[in-house]
Amino acid sequence: MLSLTLTGLKLKNPLLLAAGVMGTTGGSLKRIADNGAAAVITKSLGIEPKTGHANPSMIEVDCGYLNAMGLPNPSYKNFQQEIDIAQDSGVPVIASIFGGCALDFSQIAGTLDADAFELNVSCPHAHGYGADIGTDPNLVEDITVAVKTATDAPVWVKLTPNVTDIKSIGLAAQRGGADAVVAINTVRGMAIDIESGYPLLGNRFGGLSGRAIKPAAIKCVYDLYDALDIPVIGVGGISDWKDAVEFIMAGALAVEIGSAVGNNINIFNDISKGMETFLAKKEWTFNEIYGMAHKI
Amino acid sequence: MKPVNAVITKVVEETPTVRTFFFDTSFNPEPGQFVMAWIRGVDEIPMALSYNNAITVQKVGTATSALFKLGEGDSIGIRGPFGNGFQLKGDHILLIAGGVGAAPLSPLAEKASSEGLKVTTLLGAKTKEELVFRERFEAAGSVMVATDDGSEGIHGYVTQLIPEQENYDRIYCCGPEIMMKKVLDKVDPGKAQFSLHRYIKCGIGICGACCVDGLRVCKDGPVFGGEVLKNSEFGVYRRNECGERVRV
Repeated sequence: MLSLTLTGLKLKNPLLLAAGVMGTTGGSLKRIADNGAAAVITKSLGIEPKTGHANPSMIEVDCGYLNAMGLPNPSYKNFQQEIDIAQDSGVPVIASIFGGCALDFSQIAGTLDADAFELNVSCPHAHGYGADIGTDPNLVEDITVAVKTATDAPVWVKLTPNVTDIKSIGLAAQRGGADAVVAINTVRGMAIDIESGYPLLGNRFGGLSGRAIKPAAIKCVYDLYDALDIPVIGVGGISDWKDAVEFIMAGALAVEIGSAVGNNINIFNDISKGMETFLAKKEWTFNEIYGMAHKI
Repeated sequence: MKPVNAVITKVVEETPTVRTFFFDTSFNPEPGQFVMAWIRGVDEIPMALSYNNAITVQKVGTATSALFKLGEGDSIGIRGPFGNGFQLKGDHILLIAGGVGAAPLSPLAEKASSEGLKVTTLLGAKTKEELVFRERFEAAGSVMVATDDGSEGIHGYVTQLIPEQENYDRIYCCGPEIMMKKVLDKVDPGKAQFSLHRYIKCGIGICGACCVDGLRVCKDGPVFGGEVLKNSEFGVYRRNECGERVRV
């Protein structure tokens, strides 16, 4: 009922594990797959091992979560074994990758064996990486071209909302040959400990995820669906099946779930069941609700 | 939850390298739960609660060294309590503590004793001076000691004190991972619970940095039953800050 094909990948439902969540070990990725995710995305992988920012690197705030992990990762060179473990689950495993230039991206994508690549050009708090690149349409296009040349696997580009016009970055990814875009990464944010005046994150600022950013994400997905010919994968603040339906109605062909996994490790099964019940009750198909908000 | 401002009310030197920091705030944990202790401007680290309102810390790195410079009237930020705790069962329990691993086990000993359970503790440390909370365990039941240098109790490891005949309903263990692995290999895993230590970042079950295979130490743990640890990464390797595998 919910199965679909996304950039050539056969998925049992439109629910994917977002990058940076439970994505450091093959065992954790496999656990999420076994709990109902149709595909899982790894922690972002770079050229060299990276420790990330000092703690606190993630805290719950009133309306969501602030994080500044700082792209900690063991390097793509040490990660194939984790991808292989995750692939034992039988679902596609997508490698999230980052770099400082097109060559970094193409080196990683040309070496790793993954079912697809998600280009992280949108992390809001890693100097020289992520959104430092993803706010420049020319760089996004160049990097996408380089990765498409380096691999035959599908290439998704994850976009930052911290731009004036997300459509121009999405169009740049599309020109570069991206098979899909993913929207959105976290929204730049900050919190301060009023007892001491210290910023609450070790990196001082970071990115906001969770419920608070859902309306911002829905608007980005809605605009990208209109502007692009390639599929849009929605992410940002999904914590129940209603949120997922809303994203799909806005124009997301699939959705990623991240922060909400913390309080509900079984969220993929729960959302999948909730969506099926809803569609049956409404007598709607998945295709009918996909982009529905644009058609009425 | 954001960190609460916890003011230090008392610092107790337990051993030459271990101190207990008491706060003006009680966290009412289950024995075995932990908090994220934020030494502002330095780092945030996971620490077991050794009392309702205290953490017991060994000076091992940058963050703990910074904490050791703080005294009465200073404050740190605390998030928590997080994770699960030990599950008390049976009539006679065995506690196996190595070094500062005594911190989460000491409130468990007191809870068990107050509920009428018989408590036997095997307490190990490098030297006599480094034995942590001996008096608390003695007040809760009987104690056998092992030291690496033989300055107190038997000369050797705490694992050597584990009796061949298992007359205990449950076993609770916390200490260096190599020691806990030896315990896991020696006892009935179905009877034993272990409190694990891993590099923890978010503390709330999201980031996955602390995973042992697919298990989150911060959320599914830090206490795990022996069965789930058998044939896992536990005792074999851990992950460093980058997520690289490092031999235990």
